[in-house]
Amino acid sequence: MNWKRATIAAACVVPLIILFGYGLTRDPKDIPSPLPGHEASPFALAVFAPGQPPLNRAPGDTVRLAELKGQVVVLNFWASWCLSCRDEHQILSETAKSYAGKPVHFLGVLYNDEPGNGTQWIEQMGGQSYPSVTDPGARTAINYGLYGVPETYFLDASGRIAYKATGPVNERLIRHVVDSLMAVAAK
Amino acid sequence: MTRLLAHDAILVSMAVVLFGIVAVPVAMRTGRRGLLPYAFAAVYTNFFLVSVAAVAMVYALVTHDFSVSYVAQVGGRATPLLFTVISLWGALEGSILFWAWVLSMYAAAVVWINSRRPGNLVPYAAATLLFVSFFFAILLVGPADPFGVVSPVPPDGPGPNPLLQNHILMAIHPPLLYLGYVGMSVPFAFAVGAMLSGEVETDDWMRITRRWTLSAWALLSAAIIAGMWWSYEVLGWGGYWAWDPVENASFLPWLTATAFLHSAMVQERRGMLRLWNLNLVVGTFLLTILGTFLTRSGIVSSVHAFTTGTIGYYFLAFIAIVMLASLALVAGNSERLRSTGRFDSAASRETVFLLNNLFLTAFMFTVLTGTLFPLVAEAIKGVKVSVGEPFFNRMSLPIVVTLLFLMGVGPALPWKAASKAELKAKLVPPAAGAGLMLVIALVAGARNVYALLAFAFAGYAAFANLREYWIGMRARRIAHGEGWGTALVRLVGGNRHRYGGYTAHLGVILVAFGIAASSTFRTEYEATIKPGETISLSGHTLRLKAMWGREEPQRSVVGATLEVMNGSMVKGTMEPRMNFYPMSQSPVPTPAVRSRFLGDLYVNLQAFRPDGSNATIRVIYEPLVPWIWFGGGVVVFGALIAIFPTGRRTDA
Amino acid sequence: MTRLLAAFAFAALGALGAVQQSPADSVLEARTAEVAAQLRCPVCQGLSIQDSPSELSQQMRSVVKDQLRAGKSPDEVKAYFISKYGEWILLEPKPKGFNVLVYLMPVLLVVIGLGWIVVAVRKWTRPPDSPA
Repeated sequence: MNWKRATIAAACVVPLIILFGYGLTRDPKDIPSPLPGHEASPFALAVFAPGQPPLNRAPGDTVRLAELKGQVVVLNFWASWCLSCRDEHQILSETAKSYAGKPVHFLGVLYNDEPGNGTQWIEQMGGQSYPSVTDPGARTAINYGLYGVPETYFLDASGRIAYKATGPVNERLIRHVVDSLMAVAAK
Repeated sequence: MTRLLAHDAILVSMAVVLFGIVAVPVAMRTGRRGLLPYAFAAVYTNFFLVSVAAVAMVYALVTHDFSVSYVAQVGGRATPLLFTVISLWGALEGSILFWAWVLSMYAAAVVWINSRRPGNLVPYAAATLLFVSFFFAILLVGPADPFGVVSPVPPDGPGPNPLLQNHILMAIHPPLLYLGYVGMSVPFAFAVGAMLSGEVETDDWMRITRRWTLSAWALLSAAIIAGMWWSYEVLGWGGYWAWDPVENASFLPWLTATAFLHSAMVQERRGMLRLWNLNLVVGTFLLTILGTFLTRSGIVSSVHAFTTGTIGYYFLAFIAIVMLASLALVAGNSERLRSTGRFDSAASRETVFLLNNLFLTAFMFTVLTGTLFPLVAEAIKGVKVSVGEPFFNRMSLPIVVTLLFLMGVGPALPWKAASKAELKAKLVPPAAGAGLMLVIALVAGARNVYALLAFAFAGYAAFANLREYWIGMRARRIAHGEGWGTALVRLVGGNRHRYGGYTAHLGVILVAFGIAASSTFRTEYEATIKPGETISLSGHTLRLKAMWGREEPQRSVVGATLEVMNGSMVKGTMEPRMNFYPMSQSPVPTPAVRSRFLGDLYVNLQAFRPDGSNATIRVIYEPLVPWIWFGGGVVVFGALIAIFPTGRRTDA
Repeated sequence: MTRLLAAFAFAALGALGAVQQSPADSVLEARTAEVAAQLRCPVCQGLSIQDSPSELSQQMRSVVKDQLRAGKSPDEVKAYFISKYGEWILLEPKPKGFNVLVYLMPVLLVVIGLGWIVVAVRKWTRPPDSPA
């Protein structure tokens, strides 16, 4: 048994094992988005769920990204068939209400779902404080590099994408991002 | 009660196995060979205990005992009995139990057959198999414990994953795969045994395991084909192979095992390539463990991925130990395995086998690199990249085409040496087959270079392999005056290894034709039609008769009835469906497939209006796809011919 | 029965945009298929958006088709998707920089292997009496 050769062979194997170990710490389903830092794609989408005063919009109204410039925008993509969306719904609705009167705009975008289903779902979930729009053909979703729901995009006041959250958001995250973006805008 | 019994059985088996693992080297070192029968008894006991656990699990599944965690996970009262039974291997914990069971079976069988052989090889081989069993037992009492307690006991379960309930092939593909995968542990165990016992310079370990390796290879081949067939019939996109990481994981050990089957012949005849063969056997086993690791660790995202958790770390530890130990062993023994033989000529079957091994290994390396590259890119560059079908197709086509060609040259060339005249007489005639297929392909409209080469070389190889039969049969007729039938039977019977091999080649060639034709000449068309309207593709017309829906205990089904038209006559019906399972967000499609000798009509229901007023239908015509499944059967048949001996060992 | 269909149809409705094709469309269809085969479906496991029956894939195919129809080149269409999803959206890594390795290594293996075989066979077929 040639121990020298044995040791060399064992040593050659070590990098592969390290690679696998590294792999265990990564999540292959987590795809970092190239969009943060870039200007957000424009959209003009129709409201189907009006939300509640004071944040409401009339159903059928068109929300354009251009008209939201100057405000921090929280863009949340969701669907009634999305289980995780239930976890964040309450949080988004309450947090949006707390920012009423400030230069922050929350908007829900329905992804691959029927508006009827969306409305029903909102009702079941106890209402939504901010309006939601439809996205025919998922064109806007694709423009934002969506690969699952829920996904939430945070746009700064100058219309650039500042941050993308995949999966349900919590209140601390929303406040942290929105507050820092508002602070930047104020300067 | 069941749960306790099974869980304890595994615990006891761990102790038993540990005893066996320790007993063997102790017996060897201290000369107390009297311990060996006890070590062998440990192997049998382990089989008994793991069987108890496995049977207990099946019992729990069938009686819907939702107090057992695995049953609560995959069981469902509405699930049909067959799918309840086969849910044994449907999710992570059950599949580990199944693996452990198959492994214990193989170990027991191997020991039963070989225990009387004197020497140290068999004991060390048994100890190696016990070592692997020990790892799986650890998993079964640790992260992959299927016998966890569920309290309070739920009244019902979610049922197996909908994709796994849709087709009968789910009962066939996994068991075949496990039998093949785990079967590769046997030659590995004997190779390690040979190295540990110092018997590595003889070829005994190879001789003893040849039939085991061939059987495992046959099972793995069947498993891969069955997996392709399942994917084709169930997933609705009309394809059968997507180079998904877990598909690749089953393919990698198949490639090295195929290489080994060939180079083993060179070792037997020439005493050469011994170090290389040892590497191939060890590599094949390592690739099976790597495949399992990839599926269960979540480091690559895949269709097959089981739920992840801490089990990845256990597998990592196991892989590390096995890789380090076995490769160190091989390297440490490499000096004793210098080649002692020589080749008579470069123009010989031996050389072709070297080339065959090179290209099979290159194929394995290409697929392995592609599968792991996203991980490497992330580790080194921090970017996420995808390596998918376009890459694998592009890189493997040249290799596949070369291998097809070699499959024609190898059987044609004799062992040892071929004179120039012999070369000409053997290598030139099959070119007729190549020419014929080339013409057919061109006439059918193929223009892609690789497709044409694939058809030509497959034609060449088919002709060459069939010709070997013809030459042998003709010789027998002349020598013994036999009829063609008798000549065939006696020819094959007298040289089972060789003609089994040629048959397996023919099977691979049929698969190659099927894949080449269905890729090159595939046509598809998608349209939204109303009842009464038709959709046409490549001379086939389908008329939508009606949309329908029905409730089944475990799912709701929506389907379209389409009539296959010949003019105004109805030739048959096809019913693609969409299955809605309560636990699943999106429906699972069941395409309708109409198989004929020349190809498949493949229909998928893509979408429909709720009121049944129209439906979006995708029709695909896939030429020669049935040849893939049939070819797979021929491959297994060829392997069976080679496995079962006649008694007298003749030239292979 | 109608209620049954209605209750479950929604996930399938996305593809209702598919229209009957005219022969003139088939060239565009072929070009779309070619580009779509190189783009990865974001919600599937490794399938291309051409092969995948999922809704998002069909919608992305529609985007590809529209952009090609509007005169964009296949590279421009791919660049659009890369700008939204990252390099990951391509099913085959661009052979630039580090990615070259995944293409190069197998080729190197074959070349080196062939060389080794040539040398080895020469060595092994040398007549036993001749000098080394």
